[in-house]
Amino acid sequence: MHSAIEVRSLTKVYAEGAAATRALDNVDVDVNRGEVLLLMGPSGSGKTTLVSIMGCILRATSGSVKIAGREVARLPERELPAVRLNYIGFVFQGFNLFPALTAAENVEVALNLKGIRGSQARARARSLLDEVGLAEKVHALPADLSGGQKQRVAIARALAGDPEIILADEPTAALDKTNGRLVMDMLRDLAHRRGRAVAIVTHDNRVLEYADRVVHIEDGRVGAVMSGNEAMEFTGVEA
Amino acid sequence: MASIAIRNLLHDKIRLSVTLTGIIFAVVLVAVQTGLFLGFTTTTTNVIDNSRADFWVTSRNVEYIEAGVPFPDKQLYRALRVPGVAEAQKYIVRFGVLKKPDGANANCEIIGFDPQRPFGGPWNVDEGDVASLALPDTVMVDRFYMQKLGVTHLGQTVEIRNIRARVVGFTKGIRTFTTAPLVFTSYKNAQKYTGLDSNQTMFLLVKAAPGVELARLRGTLEASMDNVDVLPTREFSRRTNFYWMFGTGAGITVIMAAVLGLIVGIVVVAQTIYAATVDHIREFGTLKAMGATNGYIYRIILKQAVASAIVGYAVAIAIAIGVEYSSRGGGANIVLPPGVRAALFGLTLFMCVSAAMVSINKVTKIDPALVFKG
Repeated sequence: MHSAIEVRSLTKVYAEGAAATRALDNVDVDVNRGEVLLLMGPSGSGKTTLVSIMGCILRATSGSVKIAGREVARLPERELPAVRLNYIGFVFQGFNLFPALTAAENVEVALNLKGIRGSQARARARSLLDEVGLAEKVHALPADLSGGQKQRVAIARALAGDPEIILADEPTAALDKTNGRLVMDMLRDLAHRRGRAVAIVTHDNRVLEYADRVVHIEDGRVGAVMSGNEAMEFTGVEA
Repeated sequence: MASIAIRNLLHDKIRLSVTLTGIIFAVVLVAVQTGLFLGFTTTTTNVIDNSRADFWVTSRNVEYIEAGVPFPDKQLYRALRVPGVAEAQKYIVRFGVLKKPDGANANCEIIGFDPQRPFGGPWNVDEGDVASLALPDTVMVDRFYMQKLGVTHLGQTVEIRNIRARVVGFTKGIRTFTTAPLVFTSYKNAQKYTGLDSNQTMFLLVKAAPGVELARLRGTLEASMDNVDVLPTREFSRRTNFYWMFGTGAGITVIMAAVLGLIVGIVVVAQTIYAATVDHIREFGTLKAMGATNGYIYRIILKQAVASAIVGYAVAIAIAIGVEYSSRGGGANIVLPPGVRAALFGLTLFMCVSAAMVSINKVTKIDPALVFKG
């Protein structure tokens, strides 16, 4: 497997002096293509900080972050939007859909950012929504969609830019069991069938069965690293 | 796809209504105050601006047309002797008291001119003939002030200074700033009605011959007469306007109201656009996470501001034009020429774009991690 994201000696410190908080401390993590990586740990352990830095949304205090072999940790701020646009798709816990836009238009926004517009964008948006099983919901507003449907629209939007990397933060937290499985099936499919690097931040032990690898983060440091099966055994979760 | 900017605007109709109300209020206020100011300007100087003279000769340091001081009328003959002068006439502008048919008195402003001359007389004549003002004891008034002067029909007789005055014509749309209606009459009649000495005049109106350089003619006239000012019509008009607008404070009041309206508009629009931006902050953060640049987000906010400006202006100017139209029947004349309307659009855009700057500043400082908060 090739690493889509390589993190080495990553440290993130918030504030300074006596009030300084070390959110991440010397973290090494790889996110490989064709793999589902779970980042797990208690609240405040640094998972979201890690995925934010991987996604070029937050800047590290020190260390290295490579995306598709390119060092991004020290890139100027103005170059980071292009990295996100071209390499990364995000899936958020709160879905983060644009409430004034229909499902198709939400996906079109991502396409517009890539320079795809008009009828081409509309056709591609419909195609992506069809892939996630929402062909009949293209004209629906987010307010008219269930949680699971919203998350699937979010996944379609994340795929609009054809990114190598999918970063998902608690994608099943707001979903029931059925919809949660549906979403995780899609994310696994993206990794295994389409070769994407999928990294998921989660508390949810129910998704362990989807993991190829599980990295435990605690107090900003990498703890155990195990396969999905090992993690299931360890936690006593049945497949 | 309609842009995110427009869709976001339309999605929250209540907030959009508040924003538009703020814009409309501000633009209507600024438009009406500006129109009032221009209307005042027109009425303070309309006798001067419609005189068709090139120069007004006044006593020294006359600040405005109603403040004329009598001077010897022999100055007329000195003016007529100056090469380059085509015509000159004596002219009276003086307040008087008109006695109405019911016995009540009404203040008026008497304009005395030479009906044989092609300048200095009434304009917008709606009924009657200017030439008939050459007849003794004849006057012409504006239809708007008929009721105020107790005039009901053509040929009616009133009194000015116990001398009869027969109404031989009506004008239309000649307003006065001082609330004393203009009463046009011949110079000779005006002398009687105002009690001006027979060897004196209040002003001289001078017309230059075609092709004469006015600046040089002014110098020659000044050299030919003593103890008078020779003012180009435009300069005397400006002087009069300045006195009434700023010397009395009337203009300042109107301008201040307009400025206040603009400030209120900016504040209201800024507040609503800011509130809308805060409401949509997660969306802006998400756009950034998706790879949108700050410039892309600024354009969304500015598009919203411009769209609001266009709609708000359209409604506001329609209201203002309605107010302008209805003011024609009232005492205060509101004037909104096309150039002013266009300038108001520019001002509306300025107001809304300025208001959006606060939001743009907010968006620049988005906490990136907010996109991950549930």
